[in-house]
Amino acid sequence: MGYSRELLANLYRTMVRIRFCEESLVKPILKGEIICPCHLYSGQEAVAAGICESLNEKDYVFGTHRSHGHFLAMGGAMRDLLAEIFTRETGCSRGRGGSMHLIDPGKGIMGAAPIVAGTISLAMGAALASNLRGEKRVAVSFFGDGAAGEGVLYECLNFAALKKLPLVFVCENNFYSTHMPIQECRVNGDIYKIAEPFSVKSSKVDGNDVLKVYEAGKEAIEFCRKGEGPVFLECKTYRFRGHVGPDDNIQGTHTDIRPREEVESWLKKDPITRFEKYLLENNLLSEKLLDGIKKEISDEVEESIEFAKNSPYPEAKELTRYVYK
Amino acid sequence: MSINRKLQYSLAINEALHQMMAVNDSVFLMGQGVKSPWYVGNTARGLLEKFGNGRVIDTPVSENSITGAGVGAAIAGMRPIIVHPRMDFMLYAMDPIINEAANWYYMNGGRVSVPVVIWGIINRGGEQAAQHSQALHSIFSHVPGLKVVMPSTPYDAKGLMIAAIEDDNPVVFIDDRWLYGIEDFVPEEIYIVEIGKGIIRKEGSDITLVSISFMAHQALEAANRLAEENIHVEVIDLRSAKPIDTEIIIDSLKKTGFLVVLDGGWKTCGFSSEVAAIVAEKGYQYLRGPIRRITLPDCPAPASSVLEKAYYPNSDNIVANIKSYLENFHR
Ligand SMILES: Cc1ncc(C[n+]2csc(CCOP(=O)(O)OP(=O)(O)O)c2C)c(N)n1
Ligand SMILES: [Mg+2]
Repeated sequence: MGYSRELLANLYRTMVRIRFCEESLVKPILKGEIICPCHLYSGQEAVAAGICESLNEKDYVFGTHRSHGHFLAMGGAMRDLLAEIFTRETGCSRGRGGSMHLIDPGKGIMGAAPIVAGTISLAMGAALASNLRGEKRVAVSFFGDGAAGEGVLYECLNFAALKKLPLVFVCENNFYSTHMPIQECRVNGDIYKIAEPFSVKSSKVDGNDVLKVYEAGKEAIEFCRKGEGPVFLECKTYRFRGHVGPDDNIQGTHTDIRPREEVESWLKKDPITRFEKYLLENNLLSEKLLDGIKKEISDEVEESIEFAKNSPYPEAKELTRYVYK
Repeated sequence: MSINRKLQYSLAINEALHQMMAVNDSVFLMGQGVKSPWYVGNTARGLLEKFGNGRVIDTPVSENSITGAGVGAAIAGMRPIIVHPRMDFMLYAMDPIINEAANWYYMNGGRVSVPVVIWGIINRGGEQAAQHSQALHSIFSHVPGLKVVMPSTPYDAKGLMIAAIEDDNPVVFIDDRWLYGIEDFVPEEIYIVEIGKGIIRKEGSDITLVSISFMAHQALEAANRLAEENIHVEVIDLRSAKPIDTEIIIDSLKKTGFLVVLDGGWKTCGFSSEVAAIVAEKGYQYLRGPIRRITLPDCPAPASSVLEKAYYPNSDNIVANIKSYLENFHR
């Protein structure tokens, strides 16, 4: 309790910004205006918003194939994101990367990449760099439950613990790794427990409760800043859309194997609606203020989509630019 | 009892898997997505239903250990097929493939061989960018102890999959999603296509075009278009990137004197370099002009489709390239 109105508004704004941005992609994807594979973040907003609230642009964030939310939560410009998704020269990766390669080093967004677990060790390297230089920068590695299948995660837990690195492992457990439900991937569904044998402080968080995520994230990040890292957080959450694209079914592949009742029960736990209700019921922020935020974000989305669509494509003659510096 | 019917490339692989699993209990399939139409498409159709989840094993995202398990099971007498729905993911498995599988037989003095099939799928285009587009066959071709096959037709897909399963050595079987829809005649019975044997897809006397996998189709298309202009291209589809069928290349060169090599992989130290080197060593006396290569540029795959278009060679590039080549050197 005792959260400032500013903080509450920030958390709300970040979540709405992510949701509106993600949902604005649905039509262009279905119309074929967006070609690159988009793994939408809708439903998981509380994780990115809650964690990134305690980070600043000096910190280091590394993401995955599903990182639109991380990019926005770190303060990445929506224009840069959307232009990248439309693979334009004005995008954050200049149209070379698409939806799965988001970067803005000035904002602490050090890159996202779709090789499962591929960026965990990179985040560890950033934490190591921070340590070597005697800085207080914290690195955050976002990854999914699927990444818990890869050995590199365990190697990182060990090394980060050994060197007390300022690294927060944030596992977004949405219970699925593409077509595989978590119980077909692991015997123990509580992923945070993998950190225990490495003596890494870890906990499980309701990933659809932005304040819970915020609290856990803040504590973990402060811990790391004090040199007491690493920390492992498992945020249980759910994606509202398909693994890739708006809906695995409407794209004609009929591969969303998630039971309908399960999807519906999670829709009821929508992190934004939930937070909104909490804010209003406790008279923390007014309806007017929330509406104002939504309006402001709608405008931002509209403007950013326009910007993206009207931006030039990279030029073919520049194909091999950026292979080497 | 061979009824030739048409089958899709992907279903030809599927038939090979069905038949080999039926005749040999030690054959099993393991990897990501074998129960999902997302990943291996219809190549795994009906396998789970027929053979059960004991022999058709979908796995967590654990390429290194799962591939290692395939290698270990092969050492223990099984004939595993380990599938990677995208070659890019296979990079986590380089250690079991190269350090272990490829070297095992040799470094243990020929005591135990490793009859594993590592099946990697090239899956690119659609703005998927650098980590979801790579064609890495040449990396594997570099390694002694591995064989690398890259079928371009449904007939070869079935025959080379069966040959790979029957081979006592580790075989890297590489297909390309862009081939999956192709339909052609495929015999119903079990047969093999010999590993290391290329095939002439079109005879011609003016110039030899060496290709493999998806590029074989681009080569053929280009050759057909050039034939209309009275340029007769001999199209070779090598089918195996390792071992390379040297004889078929040299024999063709004796006839044509000119060589263009096509590859859907990168240029440097690649399949095309190897073919060029073989010819420089063993066929230089038949060459009447320089060797030309048409490959991907030495550049990661871009996302933007504008750049993708410039990145992937197609029959237009090949036609233009061969014409300019012949104008310069064919006299
Ligand atoms: C090394 C590797 N193997 C396989 C894949 C294919 N793949 C893409 S996303 C994904 C599932 C990831 O699940 P999770 O980590 O839980 O993230 P989510 O999609 O649920 O956000 C897989 C297996 C990949 N991208 N990289
Ligand atoms: Mg997941």
